[in-house]
Amino acid sequence: MYRYDEFDATMVAERVAQFRGQVARRLSGELTEDQFKPLRLMNGLYLQLHAYMLRVAVPYGTMSSKQMRRLGEVARKYDRGYGHFTTRQNIQYNWPALVDVPDILDDLADVEMHAIQTSGNCIRNVTSDQYAGATAEEIEDPRPYCEMIRQWSTFHPEFSFLPRKFKIAVTAAEHDRAAVKVHDIGLRLYRNDEGETGFEVIVGGGLGRTPYVGHTIRKFLPKKYLLSYLEAILRVYNLEGRRDNMYKARIKILVNSEGAEKFAEMVEDEWAQIKDKDIDLPREEIARINDYFAAPAFEKLSEESAALEEKKAADKDFARWVRANTAAHKAPGYAIVNISLKPIGGIPGDISDVQMEAVADIAEKYSLDEIRATHEQNLVLPHVKKEDLYTVYSALKDADLATANIGMVSDIIACPGLDYCSLANARSIPIAQRISERFADLDSQEELGEIKIKISGCINACGHHHVGHIGILGVDKKGEEFYQVTLGGSGAEDAALGEIAGRGLSSDQVVDAVEKLVGVYRERRQDNERFLDTYRRLGAEPFKEALYEAA
Amino acid sequence: MKLLKLSRGRLLPALEEPLAEVSLDAWRDNPQEHAEATALTISNDTSLADVKCDLHGFSVIILDFPAFKDGRAYSQARLLRERYGYTGEIRARGDVLRDQIFFMARCGFNGFEFSGPNADEASAALEEFSFAYQPAADDASPIWRKRLDRAAAA
Ligand code: SF4
Repeated sequence: MYRYDEFDATMVAERVAQFRGQVARRLSGELTEDQFKPLRLMNGLYLQLHAYMLRVAVPYGTMSSKQMRRLGEVARKYDRGYGHFTTRQNIQYNWPALVDVPDILDDLADVEMHAIQTSGNCIRNVTSDQYAGATAEEIEDPRPYCEMIRQWSTFHPEFSFLPRKFKIAVTAAEHDRAAVKVHDIGLRLYRNDEGETGFEVIVGGGLGRTPYVGHTIRKFLPKKYLLSYLEAILRVYNLEGRRDNMYKARIKILVNSEGAEKFAEMVEDEWAQIKDKDIDLPREEIARINDYFAAPAFEKLSEESAALEEKKAADKDFARWVRANTAAHKAPGYAIVNISLKPIGGIPGDISDVQMEAVADIAEKYSLDEIRATHEQNLVLPHVKKEDLYTVYSALKDADLATANIGMVSDIIACPGLDYCSLANARSIPIAQRISERFADLDSQEELGEIKIKISGCINACGHHHVGHIGILGVDKKGEEFYQVTLGGSGAEDAALGEIAGRGLSSDQVVDAVEKLVGVYRERRQDNERFLDTYRRLGAEPFKEALYEAA
Repeated sequence: MKLLKLSRGRLLPALEEPLAEVSLDAWRDNPQEHAEATALTISNDTSLADVKCDLHGFSVIILDFPAFKDGRAYSQARLLRERYGYTGEIRARGDVLRDQIFFMARCGFNGFEFSGPNADEASAALEEFSFAYQPAADDASPIWRKRLDRAAAA
């Protein structure tokens, strides 16, 4: 994991001091709310329906036990005893008091955390694959590049007042868990035919009210040019992106109005003039950052663990959890463990202070001190020995964190919606809770396999409904909450935007609707098809029919 | 509005000298008529690549922040300094507030028509950060270079 040196520590400490001054000037009335707003936003502080919300960065989703423990303490000390992991691998606190925020940031800075650029029209916290450094699928760990991007983009003087927010995601695996095709910039690290590694640069993806899958503007970018190329893209965007209409200000609109080819040309022209101007890091600095992410010293173990097999045979709940919540690790005898933050009927992504501390303890003992947050609002213990799986499972179960539903119908992404968010048309969380309760039975969930349901409370699409296999969008119909269903989306390597199934449904109908859709799949699927595969094979018709026949 | 100028890392109040201003469009249309002009105003939707004329005769180039959120002039200032070699004063006009001045200075601005309250305290904004992660148009050495220097010295 990356560790701050004195420079990083100074930057964060000075930022907290600066914000403390800004809060004081706000509280004294020197700054109006209008003037304070962009400043607090650059420190992750939003004003929600009922209170301020503080969004803390978890850079590329990686945390240590010490950091997780501190997140729990913050929840207890300054909030109502819980936090909420978001689709951006960040954590949000829903009830901090403005006067406390500088102290919270100080407490976070102590453990090398911050809220820098978690909001505002700047380059946001960079996201990545939650299995980075643990999966055999990747060609190398993408996180050193994320860290380079984090440093380059931090307080970037030219790009702190962009037309709109700007999100960058990086992956290095074939299976895309970072949704790189629906980010402002998606970077896919791969090896080309000549055997060199570099980035495919994808620009202009995004959700919101005009969703797009991104365009590849450069097939292969040598790694050493990463930062100068990003700077060229950002400069073109900063100068040319629309500022007259906030709904047309994201880079996706610019890319699509210019056309991807023309946009690529603009970037290449700019890049040609800056590529050798010291923006890129020297070899030594790249090596320094890479060293922090060197693979930990895994023990030499055999791939199979007899103890594990025995426990699986004896405890069928455990066996199910192993099937559902663990994934293959690159080191023999290790596994990647997913911790579901989607208990049946719970609030997606919520976690209590006590649970955070439990996760911290477990990670410290059994996962080489590392924890990851995922964009699907779950957590990951990246390096667990198979022989420890049962102990880890039992400890998670004691903390109510062992729901075996990763990737299944109750592993739902939901935005905060009308329960918290001032932009919402409708509630998201209660819909997620009711769907989850409807499908509570884990045997039938497992039998249904992978189904991704994603719920947004308004067209801003924070719940990523466009890329849900089943997407649910809250709309306002004469003051009443209604829901529009989209079908067939995906945020993975087979990225696609869902299609609207038909007229909106009331909140009473929407849970039944999901059940009907799943019913069609259950009847019509072939072999090992996932819901999405069946949908793609059959097309929308049978699903629409089921949805609207008796409704 | 108060005019501030950057000098050796500090912001000092400056006398408002009378400038003979001309807009880029007016000047391009008829340079002879504006031969006396000392300051050029460039709107923030102008592409500097299309300007294609000699800017060095102006002692001041004025860039615009119609709202502090509109950050196009940050890029324009860097381009003037780093690509077009302009060494005169680059002045920020419009919504020019304390908490943007640090970024402006890093991008090459050295004159500020300060529109916020407490101009005398604005200088403190320049001292809030000791380092910078990335190179820009000022002479701050990026953190990665400081790391190299330190490693070399050790
Ligand atoms: S999708 Fe809409 S309702 Fe949900 S969090 Fe985003 S802005 Fe708020």
